[in-house]
Amino acid sequence: MKYTLNVNGQNQTVEAEPDTPMLWVLRDHLNYVGAKFGCGVGMCGACTVHVDGDSQRSCQMTVAEAGAKKIVTIEGLSEHGDHPVQKAWCDHDVSQCGYCQAGQIMSASALLKSKPHPTDAEIDNAMAGNLCRCGTYTRIRAAIHAAAGAK
Amino acid sequence: MNSPLSAPSSPSLDRRSFLRLTALAGGGFVLGYSYLKTAGTAFAADAATAAAEFAPNGFIRIASNGAVTLFSNRPEIGQGIKTALPLVLAEELDVDWKNVTVVSEPLDSTGTLQGASGSTSVPTDYSRLRQMGASARAILVEAAAQTWNVPAAECTTSAGSVLHAASGKKLSYGALVAKAATLQPPDSAPLKDPKDFRILGTRVPNVDNAAITTGKPLYGIDTKIPGMVYAVYEKCPVFGGTPVSANLDEVKKLPGVKDAFIIPAGNGPTAGVAIVASSTWAAFSARDKLKVVWDEGARANDSWADMSRQANELGAKAVDSDSPVFGTAAKVVEGNYSFPYISHTTLEPQNCTVHLQGDRADVWVPTQQPGQVRTAAAQALGLQQNQVTVHVTRAGGGFGRRLQTDYASEAAAIAKRVDAPVKLTWSREDDLHHDYFRPAGFNFLRGALDASGKIVAWRNYAVNFGAAGGGRRGGPGGPGGRGGPGGPGGPGGAPGGAAPRGAATLLPAGGGNAVFGQVAPGGAPGGQGFQGGPGGGGAGGAPRRGGPGGGRGGASFPGSFVGGFANATGTVVSAVPTGAWRAPGDCTSAWVDQSFLDELAQASGRDPLEFKLDHLTAGPAGAYKDRMLGVVRLAAEKAGWGKKLPKGQGMGIAFHSCHAGYVAHVVEVTVAKTGEYKVTRVVAAVDVGSQILNLSSAENQVEGAVVDGLSASGFQSLDLKKGRIVESNLDEYPMLRMPDSPPKIEIHFLLSQNPPTGLGEPALPPLAPAVCNAIYAAMGKRIRAMPFSTADLKWA
Ligand code: FES
Ligand code: FES
Repeated sequence: MKYTLNVNGQNQTVEAEPDTPMLWVLRDHLNYVGAKFGCGVGMCGACTVHVDGDSQRSCQMTVAEAGAKKIVTIEGLSEHGDHPVQKAWCDHDVSQCGYCQAGQIMSASALLKSKPHPTDAEIDNAMAGNLCRCGTYTRIRAAIHAAAGAK
Repeated sequence: MNSPLSAPSSPSLDRRSFLRLTALAGGGFVLGYSYLKTAGTAFAADAATAAAEFAPNGFIRIASNGAVTLFSNRPEIGQGIKTALPLVLAEELDVDWKNVTVVSEPLDSTGTLQGASGSTSVPTDYSRLRQMGASARAILVEAAAQTWNVPAAECTTSAGSVLHAASGKKLSYGALVAKAATLQPPDSAPLKDPKDFRILGTRVPNVDNAAITTGKPLYGIDTKIPGMVYAVYEKCPVFGGTPVSANLDEVKKLPGVKDAFIIPAGNGPTAGVAIVASSTWAAFSARDKLKVVWDEGARANDSWADMSRQANELGAKAVDSDSPVFGTAAKVVEGNYSFPYISHTTLEPQNCTVHLQGDRADVWVPTQQPGQVRTAAAQALGLQQNQVTVHVTRAGGGFGRRLQTDYASEAAAIAKRVDAPVKLTWSREDDLHHDYFRPAGFNFLRGALDASGKIVAWRNYAVNFGAAGGGRRGGPGGPGGRGGPGGPGGPGGAPGGAAPRGAATLLPAGGGNAVFGQVAPGGAPGGQGFQGGPGGGGAGGAPRRGGPGGGRGGASFPGSFVGGFANATGTVVSAVPTGAWRAPGDCTSAWVDQSFLDELAQASGRDPLEFKLDHLTAGPAGAYKDRMLGVVRLAAEKAGWGKKLPKGQGMGIAFHSCHAGYVAHVVEVTVAKTGEYKVTRVVAAVDVGSQILNLSSAENQVEGAVVDGLSASGFQSLDLKKGRIVESNLDEYPMLRMPDSPPKIEIHFLLSQNPPTGLGEPALPPLAPAVCNAIYAAMGKRIRAMPFSTADLKWA
C-alpha cells in the first residue's frame, strides 16, 4: 500500500504494509532514525514522536492510522537543534548512553507545551512512560525545569 | 566516523616504545608511525598533507589552522569515555577544549582492539595519554624555541599557544605545525602538576550531546548500508534446544520476505531460524507466522521453583552445627538471602550489521569487545581475522551484556547466506529470553557476637546455579570461584556436566557434606571446603572483581575484618547462561554481606555506624582499610548520620570496594504504613583516586549506578518455567521509572593519593544494602530476598 505522510512538515510517500508501525516507517523507509526501538509494545517511550502536537509512541501507531496527521520527530523538533529542551539537555549533560533521550526530549517538549511550568510531580507523571536504563532521571527533571525557565 | 587516520589501540604503548615510535616518525613521521602503517592507501593520501599537519601519535592531530582533533578508541557505552579520555590529552597538550574535535576511531583489522569492561579504561589509559599529550606539547614548545632562538625552558604554553614571556612573543600551535612535524621528540616531557589542571576535574559536557539531542544516526541499530536487508533470528526458548524443522516455505511467501533458513548447531552461533526481509517490520511480522519444531534438549523441565527448592535443601544441610564458637557466643544471628536471575536490558536491543564482500567483511556493531566480535564474526564467516573490519558504533547501554558476541556471530552466519549487507535486530523478547543473565544465588549466613559485641563468627554457605563442573557458557568464574586472588576456588564440582539432570552438587566435592568445620588457616589447594579465615583466602591480595559471589576473602571485607570467617559453596545444576552484569559478583555479594553486617550490628544493640567503623578499624592496616574508613566517615558526616527520625523513616549505610574504587552510600527511606517504600535521599562518598577526569560524567555514573542499583534490587526478577524465561517484555519486567527515582542524589568525591580508576561499576554494589538497612531502621523489617518489591513492609 502507498501512503502519503506528513513528517517534519514535508509530505512523503511510502510503500508499506498497512500494519507497519510508524516507528519502522520512520526508521527504515524515511531514514529518520531519531525515534528508537526499545520494546515495540509501548512500554519504554524510546520511540516517542509528536502527532498533531501530542506525544505518542510511534511503535503503537500504524502507518494506516497516521493518515494526514502531522508527525514531528526529534529531527524536526527545531531547525538547528536549539529547542529549549534540546539546549537544556546539552547544558545539563543529561545523556549517558543517550539511547532513550530523543524519546525523553519529545515527551518533555510536549509536556512543556501543555504545562509551561510543571512541578516535580507533574514532570514525574508526564515522563513515567519514558524509561532510562542508564538512570539519568535526576538530570532529566532538572533539565525540564531549566527549559521551562528559559521559555 | 571513517577517518583515514586509522589508529587502533596503541598496543601496550609504554613510555619507551612510545618514544621509539615517535622517533621513527621524525620527518614524514605520520607514515613512519609503526602502528599506523597498516592504514595503507587511505593513509597515503594524507602524506601529501602531512607537512600541513602535526600528528605526533595516533591520538592527536593539529592542523595548520589550529584545529585540534583527538581520537578516542574505547567503545562508548554510556560511561562517558569518549569524552573523558581526550580530556586527558587536551590537558597535557594544553589546548582549549572549545577548539577540540573528538573522533571515534574505526578499528583497524590488525590493531589490538580495545574493550570497555570492568571499569578498566581509566586506570589503563590515564598515564599513557598524559604522556602522549605532554610529549606533543614539548615538541611544539621546541618548535617555537627554535623559531625564536630562545631556550625552550623559557617558553610556556597556554590554550593552544606557545609564549615567551621575556620577549612577549606568542605563536599558536597551528603556526608551529610545519616546524614541529620535522622535530625529534624530547627524551622526556614534563607532565603538568595536577594542581595546574584546567580541564581535568571540571564538568565537561559529553561530546556527542548535539548529535544525541537531534537524533543523528549514532547507534548500531541506526546502521544503514545501501542494498541492506533486515534479519531476525529465532532461537529455542529452552537453553540448549535446537531447531528440527520449520514452515520455511510458508514464511518465504510472506510480504517482504527474501529468505528463511535454519542455521544448524556448529562452529557459529547457537542454532536457530533466520528470516531475511526487506525491512525490520517485514522480518518481525513474518516471524509471527514462523512455526518451528524444536528439539528442546535436556533442560525442558527446569524451573526456578524447583531450583530454589534444591538450593534451600542444600542450605539446610549446610548448617554449621558443630562449630563450638556458636555454642559459646553471646549472640547468634542467622539470615538466608536470595537473589534471582535478572537481565541487562540495554535499551538498544542487540543488533549487528555485516557486509560480506568476497573474502572480506565489514561489521558494524555496538559492543564492549571489538576484538572478540572480530574473532566471532571471522569464525562464523569462515574468514581470517585480518579479513574482518569491525566498526564500533555508540552503544545504547552495555552493563556487561555487550561483552558477549552472540548477536555478532548470528549476524555473520546470516550474512554468509545472503548476497547483501544484512542487519540483524533482536526484539526485546529475544533480549530478555536470551541474555547472559546476572547469576541468581542463595546465601545462608550464620554469624556470632561475643559479649563485647565483636563479630567472632561469619559463615556463608552460598548456593550458585550453573553447570556442575564449571564450563558454563559465558559465566564469569565457575561455581567455586570465591575468595581473594590465589584462593583455592573450590574444586569445581563433578567433572564437566557429568552430574545427572537436577542433581545438586555440594562443594567441596570431596565430601558432598558441607558441614563447616574449622576455619581454614589459609587457602589450601583444591578440595578445601571453604576459604578464608583471618588473612586467609589464598594470597589475600587486593579486592578483586569476582565471579558470582564477589571477592569476600583476601584483604577485603568481610574476610579479614571479622573473626571466624569462612565461606563455602554449593551448586544447583542449571543451563541458564550467565555473564558479567555491572560489577559482576559484587553487585549481589555486597548486598548480602552489608545487609548481614547490619543484622549483626542491630543484634549488638549498638549504633550500626559505630559498630561498622569499629570492625573496620580493628582490621588489618593497609590501603583497603584507610580508603574504606575514609568514604564511610565522609558519607556519614555529609548525610548527618544519627539524626532522629520518626518511625517510618530511616537511614542506612553500606560500603563496598570493587574495581579499585571505594564507595559508601547513606540512604534515607520513607516506608508508608501500607508498605510502600520510597528512597528520598542518597548520599554517596566515592574514592576513585587522586583525579576525577570529567566531573559531570563521573557524577552521572554515580547517579546512574544509584538508579540502576535501586531498579535491579527493587523491581527486577526473571522466572523460569519449562526451561524458558517467563517474562517477555517490559510490561512483565518492571524497571525503575522517574516517579520512583530518588529526588536527591548527593555525591562527594574523596580525592585520595591513589591512581585514578574507573567509575562504571563501583558505585552500584553498596546501594542495595544501604536501602535495606534504611528500611530496617525505619520500621524494623529485614529484607532478605530480591527484588524488594516482593517484601511485605506493612507496619502499624
Ligand atoms: S519502542 Fe515504542 S514504547 Fe518502546
Ligand atoms: S541515557 Fe541510556 S537509556 Fe537513557
